[in-house]
Amino acid sequence: MVELTIDGLKVEAAEGSMVIQAAHAAGLYIPHFCYHKKLSIAANCRMCLVEVEKAPKALPACATPVTNGMVVHTRSDKAVAAQRAVMEFLLINHPLDCPVCDQGGECQLQDLAMGYGESASRYKEPKRVVFHKPMGPLISAEQMQRCIHCTRCIRVGEEIGGIMEVGMLNRGEFSEITTFVGEAVESELSGNMIDVCPVGALLSKPFMMSARTWELARRRSVSPHDSVGANLVVQTKMDRVMRVVPFENEDVNECWISDRDRFAYCGLYTEDRLQHPMVKGCDGQWHEASWSDALQAVVDGINQVREESGPAQIGAIGTETATLEELALLARLTRALGSDNVDFRLRGDGAALDGALSGAPWLGLPIAGLNDLDRVLVVGSFLRKDHPLFAQRLRQAAKHGMQLSLIESVTTDPLVPVAARMTVAPSACANALAEVAVALAEQAGQAAPEAFAGVQPGESARAIAASLASGERVAVLLGNMAVASDQAALLAANAAALAQAAGGTFGFLTAGGNTVGGYLAGAVPSQGGLDAARMLAQPLKAYIVLHAEPRLDSDLGERAVRTLQGSALAVALTSYRSAAEDWADVMLPVAPFTETSGTFVNAEGRAQSFKGVAVPVGDTRPAWKVLRVLGNLFELQGFDDETSESVRDTVMVGGLEGRLSNAIRTAPGLHAPAQGLERIPEVPIYRSDALVRRSQPLQEHVASAPPRAAMNAATLQALGAQDGDALRISSAHGAIELPAALDPAVADGAVRIAGAFEQTAALGCGQGQITVERI
Amino acid sequence: MRGGRTLKAVIPGGSSAPVLPADIMMQTNMDYDSIAKAGSMLGSGAVIVMDDTRCMVKSLMRLSYFYFEESCGQCTPCREGTGWLYRMMHRVEHGRGTPEDIETLDSVAHNMMGRTICALADAAAMPVRSFIKHFRDEFVHHIEHKDCVVSKYL
Repeated sequence: MVELTIDGLKVEAAEGSMVIQAAHAAGLYIPHFCYHKKLSIAANCRMCLVEVEKAPKALPACATPVTNGMVVHTRSDKAVAAQRAVMEFLLINHPLDCPVCDQGGECQLQDLAMGYGESASRYKEPKRVVFHKPMGPLISAEQMQRCIHCTRCIRVGEEIGGIMEVGMLNRGEFSEITTFVGEAVESELSGNMIDVCPVGALLSKPFMMSARTWELARRRSVSPHDSVGANLVVQTKMDRVMRVVPFENEDVNECWISDRDRFAYCGLYTEDRLQHPMVKGCDGQWHEASWSDALQAVVDGINQVREESGPAQIGAIGTETATLEELALLARLTRALGSDNVDFRLRGDGAALDGALSGAPWLGLPIAGLNDLDRVLVVGSFLRKDHPLFAQRLRQAAKHGMQLSLIESVTTDPLVPVAARMTVAPSACANALAEVAVALAEQAGQAAPEAFAGVQPGESARAIAASLASGERVAVLLGNMAVASDQAALLAANAAALAQAAGGTFGFLTAGGNTVGGYLAGAVPSQGGLDAARMLAQPLKAYIVLHAEPRLDSDLGERAVRTLQGSALAVALTSYRSAAEDWADVMLPVAPFTETSGTFVNAEGRAQSFKGVAVPVGDTRPAWKVLRVLGNLFELQGFDDETSESVRDTVMVGGLEGRLSNAIRTAPGLHAPAQGLERIPEVPIYRSDALVRRSQPLQEHVASAPPRAAMNAATLQALGAQDGDALRISSAHGAIELPAALDPAVADGAVRIAGAFEQTAALGCGQGQITVERI
Repeated sequence: MRGGRTLKAVIPGGSSAPVLPADIMMQTNMDYDSIAKAGSMLGSGAVIVMDDTRCMVKSLMRLSYFYFEESCGQCTPCREGTGWLYRMMHRVEHGRGTPEDIETLDSVAHNMMGRTICALADAAAMPVRSFIKHFRDEFVHHIEHKDCVVSKYL
């Protein structure tokens, strides 16, 4: 530690830290623009100039390392003169259009100009004109003359997003922040540029000109879209959500959120929102109904099924983005009705996975622990797209020597240096893990594990093994695609065996904001009930579907809809009409996460509760209340909860000790290679749940481009097709037509076809064999 | 001097060094200490000698244009200040100056000095301050008469 004096205050600071950090830690504010605690130091704005005794000139506090006995004055005449001079320079070419600027009221330049600026300008020359820049559907760069060239956006893109998509063009007074020629900013973390921009140069495009900052109420919430559970500040005006920004939580999302967390709110108030309970009449038409009539229709219908066909004909399906309370009450209701058919995982083979799990699968380590890992193997994941903020943490870890290895089906660029990788078809992932395990044993001079007898590791498997063996803090993490595959149990067993052999941690990245919570809430079959895949494959008599949109969320796609249509009663608890109107018999409008209280349990098992932040639209009610009332109407026991907190406390009683477990009960082994072509069922980042899919700006993003059948040159040649040719693709569930696309990144024998699109709904979203032919 | 003209000023150390008028320069030796005592520096060692046909306002405008062009734009004072200096000088030279401009020029140059990462801001500011210090009359004449004091020679 180093001791120095700042403004007469004795301050202790870590060696190598900067004066501004020491000052901020001591509660002394030093004005600054380009300095950001999470970014590298640029020292170009010069706003933080301070007087340091024995130094002839004022020094920038952000770039001056602390030394023992240093005496710093941040408010002396010399320091303030320097700061005022810099402020004058910053303002001469700034348009001073605060009254029409969206940043007005939350602008660092505006705030500091109040303290360090003059009331009138001495600058009489014409001001600089800077052309607007197209940056895509999320970021507005319409008023670039407001830019003060702090370069924070460049640094956040490069250091946090991992990709340089904006840069500085030209020199001197003509330097401009711009994207590369004509290209939009496409990073999944791009919205953070808006947050770090200290002026109104980079603004949120969807929020533009819709409210002033002082009109907004700020309410805390938690993002449901991925398993990070990013902490949010949801800003509302007249109780409607206007904007979402991060709430800083060093252990979870630090001060960042992904664009999915930030812009998904645009899907909240679409035309498609279900405003009132709806019941389908005998005429096949939808009719608005009162809550009591609609609930009575549900109770009567389900009671009839119970009496005529038995409770085992009732199935309940939730989603991985529903709250802990909703899933707990859904499970409680289903079981109280006498059925065990309850599941919240619409993708993958839930039953097989349940056979392998011995508790709620989780990350296996704290989220913040990702930064400290030194060897990581990620299996079956589109890491950057599925978990933007986990990828961000691994990016930081890579700066300290972390080596990332990947086993995947498409050679993706995680924007983290990749030490070694295997790109294999989905069905070959389990064997790829076996290869790495055998290589690891060989390198340690041990016999190969029995389960993997006869496996000959290839060169890339040896490289992954060598990387894993050379580290101390090792993790093997299973991604969303691996868990959603029909071989999830085998992949988990092999990955767990590998992690154990490497002396590391085995973990699941987990898909949704409440995947871990769904297991804790007991929303999975436990006494021989059906999982979601089986419920949706063969019609039951009655269904209760919570938040899910089976056509796009389920592996079975349109086949799931046909199954639901074949039931006697399908009840949809949904926020959106189009999610259910073609299969449901009763639609109950329930609140998205912004309009209900609840809890999400993220990948590390952190239960984060939140309150409703906006007024429910129309007759919308929180789903947990609807389920509780249904329990009362069925006259069942255990539905007396007055608050969502009491539901949560019932679930979380006894804490998480022993309930999170990545121990795999099934044996590792090998998988016979699949014949023919396989599908790589990608879920694009902005198609991951019902809310995201309805956010217009995210749908305009290039990541939501219409699906194509992407394959490598060899596969394309074998089909006799060329890039752009129309193809007919059929799976076990149905057939579709798509254009072919040449993508050298795709593994041999596999075709990358995005799911969760209307265009591919007939095919479903599952992994498995497909046939492809030219038409 | 060539053509029998009289010496007007010397910039003894490259364009960033403060200018010295003839009377000071002629009493000074060209060594580090003497030049420093006289208020300038040997700098790069490039010497610019100006006779009485040179307009100091136009000369300073040209120097300011050079630094305006050369600024990389990284630090605020230099990125904004070099352009400001050049534009003011351009105005004064072209007869659109105002009496306050002289003080503003001096003050802007002062505000730039010692506040940037590299020395280019200082280099841009030193000529401005020294030209105004030693040749203020020419600036005043330019502003008052919208004309050059030396134009009659040309």
